[in-house]
Amino acid sequence: MIDARGQSCPIPVVMVQEAVKKGNSPAELQVKVDAMVCVENITRYAASQGYAVTVDEADGEYTLTLKK
Amino acid sequence: MENEVKLTKLAKCAGCGAKVGAGVLARLLGDMKVRRDPNLLVGFDKSDDASVYKVSDDLALVQTVDFFPPICDDPYTFGQIAATNALSDVYAMGGEPKLALNVMAVPKDMPPEAVHEILRGGYDKAYEAGAIITGGHSILDDEPKYGLAVTGFVHPDRVLTNSGARPGDVLLLTKPLGIGVLTTAAKVDLASAEGTALALRLMTTLNRAARDAMVKYRVHACTDVTGFSLLGHGLELAQGSDTELHLNVDAIDLLPEAVELARIGILPEGMYRNRAFAEPYVDAGDVALARQDVLYDPQTAGGLLIAVDPADADALYAELKGAVPSAQRIGTAEAYRGGKRIFLR
Repeated sequence: MIDARGQSCPIPVVMVQEAVKKGNSPAELQVKVDAMVCVENITRYAASQGYAVTVDEADGEYTLTLKK
Repeated sequence: MENEVKLTKLAKCAGCGAKVGAGVLARLLGDMKVRRDPNLLVGFDKSDDASVYKVSDDLALVQTVDFFPPICDDPYTFGQIAATNALSDVYAMGGEPKLALNVMAVPKDMPPEAVHEILRGGYDKAYEAGAIITGGHSILDDEPKYGLAVTGFVHPDRVLTNSGARPGDVLLLTKPLGIGVLTTAAKVDLASAEGTALALRLMTTLNRAARDAMVKYRVHACTDVTGFSLLGHGLELAQGSDTELHLNVDAIDLLPEAVELARIGILPEGMYRNRAFAEPYVDAGDVALARQDVLYDPQTAGGLLIAVDPADADALYAELKGAVPSAQRIGTAEAYRGGKRIFLR
């Protein structure tokens, strides 16, 4: 689980990008963010890398699950 | 190198991306009492770039103010960009800037040399524009900010607003789009050196040449493309003129690196604000998401969007080519049919 809460964009999307590269495109990846703009940016990145994204929201925090 | 100030590290959001959203702004100003004055030719009722006040039959004052937090790390370049952006509002009204005042916020511990460099950048651009800086005001703040309050002149009959476009007008644009995406990427070292340099060059290019060319032709409306993006400012122009805009996206110069960065989610927050504001009025057709994103990208010191009489379009377009960073013939304004205001093809 990548914790990108408290980070302003585009840092969270960069963190996800690095995790995908380091893990050699893992089949599944989770990331926590606290701003809608980060959800949107990470969703765009995930789509560009062939991941499907599901988003769970609770108390203003979002958990994104990226799956190949 | 290590004691050099990294200006953008001191700023939460960059350049025109720091702007309050257009929708929010309209609500904030919603119930303000507007005092009428017959000499006020342009006020804030149509979301124009600057206010214009008629002094005599052949002279009107153009006034505007613009300032924002650092958009690049070099203080001299930041000063140039902030000044270029502030001066642009006068050009967008068809005017010539003459007087300017510094508007500045500085952190207590910012090195005086850096503050001096920001100001030097502002002075250099103001002089290049033929304006003089006559004073200003500075306050202490956590985050640096800089810009100018600019006064210019225009003939009262030659004022260009964003509400004069007519059906059939040809739409021209004078700088490429994607500056906001590139500066966002540069903050996390994801922009190429060439891309960053290009963005800086675009942001420090005055809209003077574009203004000087367009005032020779039958231009019906003009606005500069800044924080609200091409589609946000385009929407204001369409609404203000009671027209709808038909844009040919293939004819719009979208910086290729910005489109590629948009595709992988390197987008400024302002892009989403602009989308929320304008998207309900936009028919995006089948334009790819990344290209749409760049059309919603907040530009700092962007180019002019010009609505010119179709009879003059070829001549103005020819004159703009070579005089501005990127002359583009991007579409037309048409009679409003109700419904959407902007159609992308």
